[in-house]
Amino acid sequence: MKLTRFFKTVFMVDFVTGLFIGLKEIFKSKKTINYPFEKGKISPRYRGEHALRRYPNGEERCIACKLCEAVCPAQAITIESTERSDGSRKTTRYDIDMMKCIYCGLCEESCPVDAIVQGPNFEFSTETREELYYTKEKLLDNGDRWENILAANIKSDNPYR
Amino acid sequence: MDTFNLIFNEVYKILFLLIPVLVSVAMIVWLDRRVWAFVQKRQGPNVVGPFGLLQSLADALKYIFKEIIIPASSNKIIFILAPIITMTLALIAWAVIPFGENQVLANINVGILYIFAVSSLGVYGIIMGGWASNSKYPFLGAIRSAAQMVSYEVSIGIIIINVLLCVGSLNLSDIVMAQQNMWFVIPLFPMFVIFFISSLAETNRPPFDLPEAEAELVAGYQTEYSGMMYAMFWLGEYANILLMCALGSILFLGGWLSPIDLYPFNLIPGVFWLIFKILFLFILFALVKAVVPRYRYDQLMRLGWKIFLPLSLTYVILTASYLFYFNLLPTI
Repeated sequence: MKLTRFFKTVFMVDFVTGLFIGLKEIFKSKKTINYPFEKGKISPRYRGEHALRRYPNGEERCIACKLCEAVCPAQAITIESTERSDGSRKTTRYDIDMMKCIYCGLCEESCPVDAIVQGPNFEFSTETREELYYTKEKLLDNGDRWENILAANIKSDNPYR
Repeated sequence: MDTFNLIFNEVYKILFLLIPVLVSVAMIVWLDRRVWAFVQKRQGPNVVGPFGLLQSLADALKYIFKEIIIPASSNKIIFILAPIITMTLALIAWAVIPFGENQVLANINVGILYIFAVSSLGVYGIIMGGWASNSKYPFLGAIRSAAQMVSYEVSIGIIIINVLLCVGSLNLSDIVMAQQNMWFVIPLFPMFVIFFISSLAETNRPPFDLPEAEAELVAGYQTEYSGMMYAMFWLGEYANILLMCALGSILFLGGWLSPIDLYPFNLIPGVFWLIFKILFLFILFALVKAVVPRYRYDQLMRLGWKIFLPLSLTYVILTASYLFYFNLLPTI
């Protein structure tokens, strides 16, 4: 036993084996992706950037029930609302402080009309803090831009909700 | 006018050596990171330029535009001097490296001694950097580095004696020419292995990168450095690694000589053979970095003093007796 260990040390068997394992690994396929050029798959439940959705006729979904504001653990959501001329309650202000937000997804879960949702977008970094105070316009704009994916995500996740 | 011409000529020759060395240092950093990444099944730097080849250039540009922070309690002159010394010493050693027959900047007869002296002086840059920072991690890193480089320098010196016994000259070109019949890696293979491992320790490469062991010493002697001064340490380090690879290929792998003196091989200029050999050794360096874990400090010292030193000394005696007995000692 001691002799084999001696030979192993003298001829650096472990080291050379390791070196050849390393050499072999070089030619194997890479496990990482080339990030900015290719992106990994994202689950339909992914909790990324927020968006406010509209009905197909263009009407805002949000009914200003303020459940999301109440449930938000980080108190990142601020809502103000008035009664519109047709008697429906709509928001006049819907702000999300994206720096306070912890992306827990509770707002999306609490929403009775699927108005506030979290989309698949995670690349919304900015150069100033001000840009991260999302207003209603920004959120609605997000909703318009991502509507196809958002609708598909909600549909695919429907059986589990 | 004559002196002016002479100076111009020398400067021209120096630039002709210096610029390729600096460029290859940048390339070698990229190669190092790339090999490291590939062994770990990552992509490595691949965005800047073709295959990411210009990554080091981008890094250097970033370092140039970064602010240099000099700690308030540091010894400012020595603090600034340290990276300059490291880089200068790493570069001036290249003066005696022969790239081909007569293709050498300074063909001095004590070339190997010169390289040895310069690489020993390299410790000063690190000690000065560590001490002048006036901070505990750089200081500990510098002490470790000094102890490590001194102990491995000893065995490298004795390994070089082995080679010199077979050559009979301290001139690097003579050392290469003595290998025309057989590269020294064949008769002196154990010495080649020990030389390789010692040069890993000498250049503070993993598994002997204790001076910069980030788990214990943040970044060792480089902790307080930033901007271009950090980049100079980094350049000097890689220039040193390249130098050790060049030295290894000159001492053991026949320098600019082609492996077989046959038709298609001896058409390739000697410089390319030297570059191939340096690259081969460097890829080994990079592979070792990716493959092995870091040594503990006492293991490092034990390896240097208790294993490598007696082994290389024994081999000196063996080589000398063999040469003496068979009357093969080189005539001077």
